[in-house]
Amino acid sequence: MNIQTKYHGELTIEETDIIQFENGIPGFLNEQEFIILPLTEDGIYFVMQSVRTPQLAFVITNPFIFYKDYDFTVEDVIVKQLGIESITDVKVFNILTLQEPFEESTVNLQAPIIINTKNNQAKQVILNNESYKTKHPLFIESPDSIKG
Amino acid sequence: MLILARRKGEAIQIGNEIEIKILSIQGDQVKIGIEAPKTVEVYRKEIYEQIQEENKQAATSSMNVLDFIKKSQK
Repeated sequence: MNIQTKYHGELTIEETDIIQFENGIPGFLNEQEFIILPLTEDGIYFVMQSVRTPQLAFVITNPFIFYKDYDFTVEDVIVKQLGIESITDVKVFNILTLQEPFEESTVNLQAPIIINTKNNQAKQVILNNESYKTKHPLFIESPDSIKG
Repeated sequence: MLILARRKGEAIQIGNEIEIKILSIQGDQVKIGIEAPKTVEVYRKEIYEQIQEENKQAATSSMNVLDFIKKSQK
């Protein structure tokens, strides 16, 4: 199928490319289908593009590149909901809130996007861990300072 | 919004599987017990709102993306 995107023009995608969020994500409960597209050549930044709404796209990243000690538990009920059978099937992305200047952009460590790459089921999970907030600086001196 | 007054020890049933119980009241703080299936997510409202708000901000940040890419390669 062909879709219009925010940053990538018109694209042809397959059903198998589509990541399914059964209940959408907070703030966008009706947005259940997204695809993940690369944004930069270094493989650090990606875009999570809505299939149905061309103007809706999030810049996302692998959080462990910026916070190597980022660590959380995915509750059993979520493992079940996403049909996760092995940790190696799981991909984690976090949403960035871009700022001007770019150096002031932040990453939402409190609500990671968990994807089961085997069945493309995904969910944005809200963590109960108090160390993680919605706005962590993307660029800091020490990757160990994980305080909101 | 449905509004009910409850005393300590009283409860509210929502649907077939959710119970809200008033456990204790001390000053302006109410301790609330929630019985719900694990598939129903329960959050302090302000936490849920923060996530909603952050997602909305992230969706509308209108930074020029080519600019973004250039700067991120620095």
